[in-house]
Amino acid sequence: MKEGVTQKNAKLVRTLVFVVLGMFGFGYALVPLYDVLCEVTGLNGKVESSAVKEVSYEVDKNREITVEFMTALNEATPMVFRSEINKIKVHPGEYVTVNFYAENKTDKVMVARAIPSISPGAVAEFFKKTECFCFSEQTFKAREGRTMPVRFVVNPEIPKEYKTITLAYTFFDNTETSVK
Amino acid sequence: MSAVVAEHDDHHDHGPAKGLLRWVITTNHKDIGTLYLLFALAMFFVGGAMAMVIRAELFEPGMQFVNPQFFNSMTTMHALVMVFGAVMPAFVGLANWMIPMMIGAPDMALPRMNNMSFWMLVAGVLLLASTLFMEGGAPASGWTLYPPLVLQTGKALPFAIFSVHLLGISSIMGAINIIATIFNMRAPGMTLMKMPMFVWTWLITAFLLIAIMPVFAGAVTMLLTDKFFHTSFFDAAGGGDPVLYQHIFWFFGHPEVYVMILPTFGVASTIIPVFARKPLFGYSSMVYATASIAFLSFIVWAHHMFTVGMPIAGELYFMYATMLIAIPTGVKVFNWTATMWKGSMTFETPMLFSIAFVVLFTMGGFTGLMMSVAPVDFQYHDTYFIVAHFHYTLVPASVFILMAAGYFWLPKWTGHMYDERIGRLHFWLSVVSVNILFFPQHFLGLAGMPRRIPDYAVQFADWNMISSIGGFIFGASQLLFLYIVIDTIKGGTGEKVTDEVWEDAAKHSLEWTLPSPPPYHSFTTPPTVIPTEHI
Repeated sequence: MKEGVTQKNAKLVRTLVFVVLGMFGFGYALVPLYDVLCEVTGLNGKVESSAVKEVSYEVDKNREITVEFMTALNEATPMVFRSEINKIKVHPGEYVTVNFYAENKTDKVMVARAIPSISPGAVAEFFKKTECFCFSEQTFKAREGRTMPVRFVVNPEIPKEYKTITLAYTFFDNTETSVK
Repeated sequence: MSAVVAEHDDHHDHGPAKGLLRWVITTNHKDIGTLYLLFALAMFFVGGAMAMVIRAELFEPGMQFVNPQFFNSMTTMHALVMVFGAVMPAFVGLANWMIPMMIGAPDMALPRMNNMSFWMLVAGVLLLASTLFMEGGAPASGWTLYPPLVLQTGKALPFAIFSVHLLGISSIMGAINIIATIFNMRAPGMTLMKMPMFVWTWLITAFLLIAIMPVFAGAVTMLLTDKFFHTSFFDAAGGGDPVLYQHIFWFFGHPEVYVMILPTFGVASTIIPVFARKPLFGYSSMVYATASIAFLSFIVWAHHMFTVGMPIAGELYFMYATMLIAIPTGVKVFNWTATMWKGSMTFETPMLFSIAFVVLFTMGGFTGLMMSVAPVDFQYHDTYFIVAHFHYTLVPASVFILMAAGYFWLPKWTGHMYDERIGRLHFWLSVVSVNILFFPQHFLGLAGMPRRIPDYAVQFADWNMISSIGGFIFGASQLLFLYIVIDTIKGGTGEKVTDEVWEDAAKHSLEWTLPSPPPYHSFTTPPTVIPTEHI
């Protein structure tokens, strides 16, 4: 209780401060951990962010899966954005191309990015895209409108209980952050 | 034993500094404890006033007094002020006052840091309060500060975030101080398993704090950089994910609710044995139950977000893990009940509040258990049912126990007895009105009334009106507590209180072996006899 208490306190405080700094770092470490977890498990509907090579599957003519398309803009994105069809019935293993239309409503060049999401989240790993406008940022000239294809296939290994897949895109205006 | 105390009183006792500056520069644990407690009491009324605005607006359907933006600011600020300005500081104040006296230490281990953590708290709360007067208003996103909504806050956003940083640093410093005090400053013979439950619960709470506050600080820093420095942690446009914020927030947020309830358990475990005139039933099981709850609090966070679209395996895991918490909590409730069983109970105000705590906290716990069931939580999520749930675990639990602690220790702190008649009146008004206030909110939630809305469909009108009436009575009753605190400080009933104040209290814990009020510096030589009646 006499000498030594100050030293003991100092040592303990050092350890605890180290724990505090460690936990601050852990908060940031959760960011990549969360992404890794989502990628490994295919949770949260996170889909692959780059194209896969086109490989041919055996088309399962006995099954039909409805793929629905949703397009969204947040209020700050001055665009027109829609898919040419609302839904399509596909056989697992069959390659399909669907066109989306996007248009810049402003008089300036716009850099926009489409963020995909898929539900139910568990099917993300069976949904393969060989071509998509969402893989990179899209630059639109003033008032430019463009038709952009998405080519995809549903892997025939997809479990039987999935009959409907919803693919959603949200376009974000990234002009300010991209033009540097 | 009082002879031992009297002996070392008159040595080297230099009293407090003179004048107001005493309170600014003090490093004395009793002074800092008083500052924390008075500050928390003031914030309790500030946060309470915000709650009154909320209940006044919800008294009838339609827009009455405030605009929706300000209403949402009120719900947000009410929560932040009550959590970070009232309940947490109040428990830190109790820790400052009681832990050194309970473990026979002369002061806290790090007195200067103690002073600094208090004044940082004041700075943090003032910074938070200043957001109310800024362009765009105070944060209105709810206390959880979810993006993207919170990023639409006006000028107030960086101020609110820096305020969270200050409050976080303040709590971390307080927690480090408490751990150092408990580990290094115990009197000889005060082994860990002889410490009063209040000390135990605070030790565990302090570890929770140093583990979670940095994570919260990190989360709000990410919000800050997302808003001003073009990072995209939570911004989908840049590849981020707003759901990530919820995961990080609740990794902090769930243990945070235990930061507010574990010291509550500690005070209840201290008061109930004294008035039941029995040792605490199952002391060691109480210690282990507290530690188990603290551990479990880290692995259940996603039960706050069952509706974000988790896979079934995630829902099941978080559901069962959450249900597990009912086991150690149940151990505690049964232990308190068993402590009272066949005790020679008397019902002074602190005991009344503690018994109400056991009953009403159990109700709050059971609604928590209901919400842990993932499939039904989809119905409860973001409704008044959850508002009722967490208010039952915070108001008639944490707040009631803080009141109980006030009544229990005020005679020790001041040397004066409070007016028992007014104390009981305060209790009965509070316990009746708190149920009128929060019980109907269960019905509102089950009927589908969402939380954080200033206006509602007419079918919710009746229960809202009843809830508001309860709220007004509850709010007004708390003025009695303010009166009692001031009155007791000024002399109370004039009755001379003994050292142990409550019958045989000195057998339970060391603070009752000191005079009432205790000298400015107590236990400058450690006590020789360690009370063990509480074990």
